Amino acid sequence: MAYVADAPKASFRPSMLIYDTRYRSITIQVIVLLLAVLFVGWLADNTIQNLAAKDKDINFSFLWNRAGYDLDQQLIPYTNDSTHGRAAMVGLLNTLAVAFLGCIFSTILGVFIGVLRLSKNWLVSRLMTVYIEMFRNVPLLLWIIMVFVIFSEIAPAPKDFKVTDEMIAAGELPKASMMFMDSVAVTNRGTNIPMPLVEHPLGYVNLGFATANLTVVALFALIGASIYANRRVARHARAVQEATGDRPTIWWKSLLILFAPSIFFLWALGFHLEYPELKGFNFKGGLNVAHSFTALLLALVLYYGAVIAETVRSGIIAISNGQSEAAFALGLRPGRTMRLVILPQALRVIIPPLISQFLSLTKDTSLGIGVSYLDLRGTLGGITLNQTGRELECMLLMMLIYLLISLLISFVMNIYNHSVKLKER
Amino acid sequence: MTKSVFLGTLAASALVAGFASAGTLDDVKARGELICGSNTGLTGFGAPDANGEWQGFDVALCRAVAAAVLGDATKVKFVPTTGETRFTALASGEVDLLVRNSTWTFSRDNDLKLDFVAVNYYDGQGFMVKKDLGVTSAKELDGATVCIQTGTTTELNLADFFKFNNITYTPVTVADDAEAQRQYLAGACDAFTTDASGLAASRATMPDPANHIILPEIISKEPLGPVVRHGDNNWGDIVRWTYYALLIAEEKGITQANVDEIAASSTDPEVRRLLGVEGETGAMMGVDNAWAHNAIKAVGNYGEIFAANIGESTPIGLARGLNELWSKGGLQYAPPVR
Amino acid sequence: MANTEASFVRTEMVAPQEPPLSERGVVKWVRENLFSGPLNTILTVLALVSLFYLVKLSLPWWLHGVWKANSLGECRQIIADAYGPDATGACWAMIRERWHQFIFGFYPPEMYWRPILSFGLLFVALAPALFFGDRRNNLVILAGVALFLLLSLWALDNDLLHIALIMMMMAGFVALVLIAPRKLLWFTLIYPALAQFLLWGGSVWGPVLTMLGLAVLAVVYVVLQPRFGVVMASAMGFVAACVWWLALQSSVSTALYTLMPIGLEALDSDQFGGFLLAFVIGVSSISAALPIGILLALGRRSDMLLIKTLSVTIIEFVRGVPLITMLFTASLLLQYFLPPRTNFDLILRVVILVTVFSAAYIAEVIRGGLAALPRGQFEAADALGLDYWQAQRLITMPQALKISIPGIVTTFIGLFKDTTLVTFVGLAEPLRGITSIVRADIDWKGIYWEPYIFVGAIFFLCCFSISRYSMYLEHKLKTDHR
Repeated sequence: MAYVADAPKASFRPSMLIYDTRYRSITIQVIVLLLAVLFVGWLADNTIQNLAAKDKDINFSFLWNRAGYDLDQQLIPYTNDSTHGRAAMVGLLNTLAVAFLGCIFSTILGVFIGVLRLSKNWLVSRLMTVYIEMFRNVPLLLWIIMVFVIFSEIAPAPKDFKVTDEMIAAGELPKASMMFMDSVAVTNRGTNIPMPLVEHPLGYVNLGFATANLTVVALFALIGASIYANRRVARHARAVQEATGDRPTIWWKSLLILFAPSIFFLWALGFHLEYPELKGFNFKGGLNVAHSFTALLLALVLYYGAVIAETVRSGIIAISNGQSEAAFALGLRPGRTMRLVILPQALRVIIPPLISQFLSLTKDTSLGIGVSYLDLRGTLGGITLNQTGRELECMLLMMLIYLLISLLISFVMNIYNHSVKLKER
Repeated sequence: MTKSVFLGTLAASALVAGFASAGTLDDVKARGELICGSNTGLTGFGAPDANGEWQGFDVALCRAVAAAVLGDATKVKFVPTTGETRFTALASGEVDLLVRNSTWTFSRDNDLKLDFVAVNYYDGQGFMVKKDLGVTSAKELDGATVCIQTGTTTELNLADFFKFNNITYTPVTVADDAEAQRQYLAGACDAFTTDASGLAASRATMPDPANHIILPEIISKEPLGPVVRHGDNNWGDIVRWTYYALLIAEEKGITQANVDEIAASSTDPEVRRLLGVEGETGAMMGVDNAWAHNAIKAVGNYGEIFAANIGESTPIGLARGLNELWSKGGLQYAPPVR
Repeated sequence: MANTEASFVRTEMVAPQEPPLSERGVVKWVRENLFSGPLNTILTVLALVSLFYLVKLSLPWWLHGVWKANSLGECRQIIADAYGPDATGACWAMIRERWHQFIFGFYPPEMYWRPILSFGLLFVALAPALFFGDRRNNLVILAGVALFLLLSLWALDNDLLHIALIMMMMAGFVALVLIAPRKLLWFTLIYPALAQFLLWGGSVWGPVLTMLGLAVLAVVYVVLQPRFGVVMASAMGFVAACVWWLALQSSVSTALYTLMPIGLEALDSDQFGGFLLAFVIGVSSISAALPIGILLALGRRSDMLLIKTLSVTIIEFVRGVPLITMLFTASLLLQYFLPPRTNFDLILRVVILVTVFSAAYIAEVIRGGLAALPRGQFEAADALGLDYWQAQRLITMPQALKISIPGIVTTFIGLFKDTTLVTFVGLAEPLRGITSIVRADIDWKGIYWEPYIFVGAIFFLCCFSISRYSMYLEHKLKTDHR
C-alpha cells in the first residue's frame, strides 16, 4: 500500500537541471558564477596584456619615494621631502576633516532650517523654502565654486589690515579689521584663526607608519575617562532613584567630573592660544585655513543643510498630530512635548535617510577638485598620479580607501540606528 | 530604454573604429582623421573660438601634421585633455599626438614611456608679482603666497627653488590657467608662477598690465613640445619632420602665401626636396611627397604661426626670444632635408 | 392688515459691523503671520534686514546689466560711462554671444534642429510613462511640445517646409493619442534609436538594425520561453541579439546603405557639449540604468546565495565610491580593462560608467519599493500558482515601481546635477567646461559671475520643475486612503 508520502524516488535526469525548480537555481548559480569568473578573468587578462604592452607593472613602491611637491594644508607634518604615501595620508586626513565637520555643521544647520521651515511665521517659512529649493536644485559644484569666488573676491587683502604710524596720526582706521576680539582674520587668501598650543608638550611617539602626538592622545584619553566616570555616577543616581524614589542631586558632580580633569591637564601643560599677526606679506602665527577648505566646507554645509532640512521636516510631519495632542493632554509643556514625544519618534524616521546623506556628503568632498582642495583625490589621485604616471595603482588605492570610509560610516551609523529603532516583536 | 543607443553606438564606434592596427600612421590614414590631444582652453596656445573652431599655437602644429599626413588640415579632431588625463590619453591610443604645452623631462621620457619628438617652444618658469609689492627678485619672496597650477612640472620646480634658496612659501594650488589668473588678480596670492610665456599671456590680458612685473629669475628649463607614444618611430619622425619643415620654411622664406609659387619656381635644391618637387622625401616616411608643401600651405611657416597666435602683434605679445631661428640668435634649429 | 407690522420687529438684518482694525485685512494677516509673538517678531525683523542687505548689495549689479558689447572691457567701459567709474554691473553680452555654446556645445549651428527635435520628442516618448495614458494630460504635453518646437525652430531660422513637416508629425501624434493613447508606448520603445540617429546622424540603417536586434531578442524569447523558462530564454535571446549586433549588423547596414543611402550628416561626439551633453549623459544613463537596477534589486532579494552576494557586492561597491572616481576610471582605467588597443569615445565610456553608478542607486530605490509591499502580495502570487517571473511582472513589480517612481525621479535629478562632474575628465559640460572655454577667449577673460548665474538658473529651472512633477506624481499615485 503506497502512501502519498512515498513519492516516487525519481532518479536524477540531466534535463531536471532546467525544468526542476529545485535544481534550476543551482544551474543558474553555476552559470552565473562561471560567467562572473570568466568576466573577471577577461578583465585581468586584458590588464596584464595592456600593462605588458606599455612596459609597466603593478607596483606600489612609488608610495615610499620622495613626493617633491608642497601642500597648502596639512594636519600632520609634511614637507616636500616626505613620501608619496605620506602625501596620500595628508590628503586622506584633509578629506576626513571636511567630511567630519561637514556632517556636524550640516546636521545643525539642517535641523535649524527644517524647524524654521515649519514656522508659523509666513516670511521666515517662505525664505527657508526659497533657500532649500535654491540649494537643492543647483549642482553642488556650482556652489563650491561660487563660495570660493566670493571669498577670494570680496574678502580684504592682508595689507588692508595694516596700521601705519601715519594712519594713527591722521586718526584713520585700516580698511579691514580682525573679528572676534582680534582673533580671526578673514583675508582673500585664507582665514587665520588662533591656534591652540601648549607650552610643555608631552612629545611624540613614533609608531612606524605615523607619529602620534602624545598631548592629543592623552587629552582624548582623559576626556574618555571623564565621560565614563560620569556615566557611572549617573547610573548610581538612577539606582538610588529606583530604590528610594529620590534622585540625588548630581549635576555639580557631573560638571566637576566632566570638565575639571581636562582643564587642569591643559593648565598644567601651559595651554594658550597663538593669535595670528600681520607680518610681512601675510598673517603669521595662528592657523591659516585655506579658502579651498572653507569654501568646500561651507558649500557642503549649505547644500546638505538644505537636503537635511527636508529630511527633518518630513520626519516631524510624519509624526501624527495625535501624538502632540496626547502630550498636551498629559500636561506636558511644548518644549517637553518636542523633546520627549515628537523628536524621539521623528528621529526614527529621520535617521535612515540621514545616514545616506552623510555618506553622500563624505563622497562629495571629492568635489574639492573644483577648487583644488588637496584631499585624497587631490594628492593620491591627482598630483601623485600625475607625477608618477601610476594611474592604475593610484586609482585602485583611492577607490579602496573611499570604499572603506563609506563602509565604516554606514557601519557606525547602522549601529546607532539599531539602538534607536522601535523594538518590535 | 536607451540601452539600444548604447549598444548601437558601441557596435558602431567601439568595434568598427576601435581595433587599431600596428602603426599610428596606418590608423590615421584608415580613419581619415588625426586625433590630437589639446588643452582644455589656454589662450593663444589652444582653445576653441565662438564657432567651436580650435585656434592657437599648438593647434596649428596639429593642423600641419594633419595636412602633411592626410593632405587636409581640417581633418583633425581635438580632444581636450586635462593635466591628469593627457599622458594616459596618449598612452592608451585615445589620441595620436599630444600637443599641449607639455614639458620634456627625463622621467616622462623614460618612466612614462613617451617620446618628445621636438621642442616647439622653449620656455622657462618665472614669477609675476604686483608692482606695489616692491619685490624685484624671486629670492625676496620669503613667506609669500604663490599660486601654482597642479599636475605640472611647475610645482616640483617651485618646491626645489624655495628649498634651494632656503626660503619659505605657502602654495595655493589652482586647477587651470584662467583660475590662477583670477586668484592672482583678486590678491589671493602674492606671486603667480607658471611658464614665462603663460605669464606674459596672462599679463597682456589683464586690465592693468603696467602694474604687474615678471621677475627676472627663470627658475627652470621648460622645453615644450609635441609628444607621441614610445616605440612608434615612423609616426614620431613624421611629427618631428613636419615641425622641422615649418622651421625650414621660415629659414628659407617660404610662407603660406608664396609656397605654391616657390614650389614652382625655386632652384634651391633643399627647398625643392622639402616641397616634394624632387626626391622622394614623403615616400620615405610613408606619406605624400607634397607633405611639407601641404603643411606650410595649411598653416604657414613657424614664424607665421608664432606671429598669428602669440606674437607681438597679438594681445599676448610674446617676443621670439629663445624661439628665434638659430640664424637670428635663437635656439630653433632644424636639421637639413637631405 | 397693514398694522400687523410691529414697529419693534426689524425687517432687515443689521449690517454687520466691521471687525476691529486689528482683526481684519492686511493688519490681521501681518499680526498673525509675522508678529504673533516675541520670537516671531525677532525672526521677521532679522529676515527683513538680511533681505534688505542682499537687495542693496546686488540690485545695482543686476540693474546695470549690459546686453550689447563685444568684450568684457567694452562692457566695463559702457557701465563706467553710464553709471560712474565705481559702478558694478553684469555683462550679459557674453551670454548673448556665447549662449549657443552653453546649450549645444560645438554642435554645428545649422543642425540645431536635431537636438531640439530630439528634446521635444523625448517628452512625447515619456508621455505614456509620465501620465499613464491619461488622454487629457497627454494632449497637453503634445501641445506643449508642438509649441516649443514651433517657436524654437522658427527662432533659429529653419525653413518653413521643415517646420511644417515636423508640425504634421506632431499632428500625427495628437491623432494617435486621440484614437489609442496606449499605442504611444511603441514610440517610447523606438525613441532611443530615433534620438541616437537624430543626434549623431549617419546612416539611418544603423539604429534601425539595432532595433531589429531587439526584435530578434523578442522573437527568440517568445519562441523559447515556454520551453526553457524566462531566464534561459532571455539569455539565449540576448546571445542571439549580440550575434546579430556584433557579427552581422555592420555588414548588413553597409549593404543597405549602399542600396538606399538615407541618412543625416554624421557628427562626432566631441561636438557635443553644454546642456546637450548633460541631457545626453543624464537621460541615456538613467534609462539604461533602470533595467539593470531592477535586476540588481531582484538579485539582492534573491534566495540564491551566489546571486545575492554578487548583487550586494556590486551595489555596495558602487555606492561606496564617489562618482568622480568612476569618471576617472572611465577616462584613465577603462582602457586597461578592455582588450589591447580597443578604444572608444569618451562620452560613451562616461555614459557606461555613469549607468553602472546610477544602476546601483536605482537598485536601492526599487529594493525600498519592494520592501514596502505587504508580504501578502507575494504570498497571494504564490497561492495563485504564478512562477517567479510571472509574479514579478504581474503582481510585485507594477506596485513596487509605482512606489519607487518619486525615488527614481530624485535619483535622476541628482544624476543630472552630477553630470557637471564630467568636466574633470575633459568634457565640455556647461558649468566649468564651457565656462573655461569662454574665459580662454581674450575678449571674455576675467568674467566669472555671469556664466555661473546663467548655468545655475537653467539647472534650477530643470531640476525644480522635475521635482515638482515628482511631487505631483507622488500625490497622484498615493492610492491608499489615509
